[in-house]
Amino acid sequence: MNSLDLARWQFAITTVYHFLFVPITIGMGFYVAGLQTAWYRTGNLKYLRATKFFGKLFLINFAIGVVTGIVQEFQFGMNWSSYSRFVGDIFGAPLAMEGLLAFFLESTFLGLWIFGWDRLPKKLHLASIWAAATGTLLSAYFILAANAWMQHPVGYILNAQKGRAELTNIFTVLTQKTALTTFFHTIPSAAFTGAAFIAGISAWLIIKKKDVEMTRGTLKLGLIAMLISFVLVGISGDLTSRVMTQQQPMKMAAAEALYTTTESAPFSLLTIGTLDGSRSVFQIDLPSVLSFLSTGDFKGVVEGVNDLQAKYESQYGPGDYKPNIPLAYWSFRLMMGFGFLGAFFALLALFQMRKGGTPRGRWFVPAMVTLPFLPLLANSFGWIFTETARQPWAVFGLIKTSAGVSQVVSSGAVLFTLIAFTLLYGVLAVIEVGLIFRTIHIGPRPEVEYDVDTVGGSDNRPLVMSY
Amino acid sequence: MSFQSVWFLLIAVLWVGYFILEGFDFGVGMLLPFVSRGEADRRAVLTTLGPVWDGNEVWLLVAGGATFAAFPEWYATLFSGFYLPLFLILVALIVRGLAFEYRSKYGKPAWRKRWDIAIFVGSALPALLWGVAFANIVRGVPLEKASSGSIEYVGGFFNLLNPYALLGGVVTLTVFLTHGAHFLSLKTAGEIRVRAHALAIRLGLVAAVTAVAFLVWSNLMLPSINTKFLVLSIATALFWVGAIFANLRGREGWAFIASSVAIATFVSGLFEALYPRVMPSSRGSQFDLTIFNASSTNYTLKVMTVVAVVMTPIVLVYQGWTYWVFRKRVSASQIQHPELGVLDTLHQ
Repeated sequence: MNSLDLARWQFAITTVYHFLFVPITIGMGFYVAGLQTAWYRTGNLKYLRATKFFGKLFLINFAIGVVTGIVQEFQFGMNWSSYSRFVGDIFGAPLAMEGLLAFFLESTFLGLWIFGWDRLPKKLHLASIWAAATGTLLSAYFILAANAWMQHPVGYILNAQKGRAELTNIFTVLTQKTALTTFFHTIPSAAFTGAAFIAGISAWLIIKKKDVEMTRGTLKLGLIAMLISFVLVGISGDLTSRVMTQQQPMKMAAAEALYTTTESAPFSLLTIGTLDGSRSVFQIDLPSVLSFLSTGDFKGVVEGVNDLQAKYESQYGPGDYKPNIPLAYWSFRLMMGFGFLGAFFALLALFQMRKGGTPRGRWFVPAMVTLPFLPLLANSFGWIFTETARQPWAVFGLIKTSAGVSQVVSSGAVLFTLIAFTLLYGVLAVIEVGLIFRTIHIGPRPEVEYDVDTVGGSDNRPLVMSY
Repeated sequence: MSFQSVWFLLIAVLWVGYFILEGFDFGVGMLLPFVSRGEADRRAVLTTLGPVWDGNEVWLLVAGGATFAAFPEWYATLFSGFYLPLFLILVALIVRGLAFEYRSKYGKPAWRKRWDIAIFVGSALPALLWGVAFANIVRGVPLEKASSGSIEYVGGFFNLLNPYALLGGVVTLTVFLTHGAHFLSLKTAGEIRVRAHALAIRLGLVAAVTAVAFLVWSNLMLPSINTKFLVLSIATALFWVGAIFANLRGREGWAFIASSVAIATFVSGLFEALYPRVMPSSRGSQFDLTIFNASSTNYTLKVMTVVAVVMTPIVLVYQGWTYWVFRKRVSASQIQHPELGVLDTLHQ
């Protein structure tokens, strides 16, 4: 493998890994803030127990998201310095804004929240978790705007002399349709992920008969939030695929392994056989659905891979403009499939819980145990799809991934860091999962009202929170 | 003042902020084994960092992001050129951050011991490497124009390990150790405070010697005397000695402020010595990266200036407020059941 392939693998591994934790953080942050608000409003200690219990899980997860996030920012310069030179004038701005507007807010107010239980007035303490949660939203917005620019560059001109893209309008970059639909797709997905976490863990605690007063409520909360966010994910997914068809028709064609331009194109549910354009052995199709998904019209025309390849050759010069089609085809389906499966489990469990019932049946335990993992898989496949099916481009139509890699970094150096990060991340995953299982095993602890002390000076009161 | 100069200044401010704030974090992390005599001590020491370390580290992320946005050529050449040191810093920051969050979750001595090692190494390595990196930037590294037209780093990893740069590393290492000791003597009570206080004086003297040697060398290395850099270097020495004296007289708050100011003048001096270059080349000044040939367009710089001018004061206010909220000293006696973690079943 050359340094380009190695750098791509490194980006894929570190980014997919980082994004396992990010949606949990975004989703859980808001649920924890909501639970604490319920405690603040009602004084009911079951809400405090839920806040503390899920807060603990949230923090274990947040920590690993934070530390793996630093790699993301450094990686552009380290492995992709030619890309950084080309896009820096535009791409750097949302990254810097993310730091100034989002990272400071998240980290500072989370510190206040974790250690502030007995140091801040209740209202301010509650406000700090809301501020931290807002920080995660802002962070998602800026980084998604940067990514949207790679999918669909706007608000720039090409400076041929300097060999780079230059920003002409920051508002266009921050408010283009691609950025907004992606944000509207990613945030409900994060809400879905966090909710699946809460639901799955609550179900497990119910099975173990731990704090049923609290866990019944949090199970219901998780399941309902899953269903609401699933609907939003679906609506925004529909919007996203239409924007994608308009802006990156090759991606949609690859997702469907559609080789020739077709009117009333079917959506293939399952294909057995090859995806290389030769006939498949066995196929289940939904007639006209692809046309509807991508154009909003059952009779719409969807462009095929071969026609697009010919079109791009005349537009951008000779070259291969096809992404990895089997990967695009399957990752697109796995993204949707895992999402649907999670929503289906949630619906089933919620149905059995109506009128005070308890979910039961042989499906319940395995379904609830797998529940938190389903959105993680869906999220990962979604990103694998949207990034790999943009290839060969790093920025669509502007710079190819192969032109973005660092010129001065040897393949040995990239291989070394690739192996080191992979091993390190593997060890950290084991530790993280161990801590989460242990926290769930212990379950929610009894809680008491806090005696808040905001007076300065030295004293010897035991600390509510210490490292 | 051009927007390029404004951003050079802002990036200098971000590094000053980063080194003052994460500087004491690194110091405390390295001092952990030396100021503690038991679990309660260790946890009290770590608790002083608890609410603030993550916010402190964001200064680095913003400095990186701002360099990317304002000087993409600098960001690209520096990060791809200083590849292995930055990789080591990343690994160090990863294990160190997780160590803070995870070490006290269990009481098992082996578990805690391992994380304590991670905290020590994860603090010492960046404290040393940042100095090495900055000294190399000031000294100039092999940069040449590549066939693509961009100015690229053409040295290897071992080019970065020259005597001047290593001395720079020892300076940041000892300065951060001392700064951490000042922070601990200000933020803890009882035995830890006494130990940190004593260490601050000894470490402060060692740091003074290395820093003065480094600054003399730096000033002589420049082709001609840079008066501003010279003044900032002298100010660094004066504030540093002031910090030691303040500490001797038991004025811990002043000692911490003085060592913070000394770090600020030290870092500002290095940036002053660079200006308007951002990465001088040892292969001839025609290959220097400067604020002019490395910068983004004026439009981008203008947009980012607006964001920075609005946001930086707001950030300073709320981050400062955090320090006010957690202004009390932490003592070992406040840690209940220090040998137990929240994930040990025995607890409660």
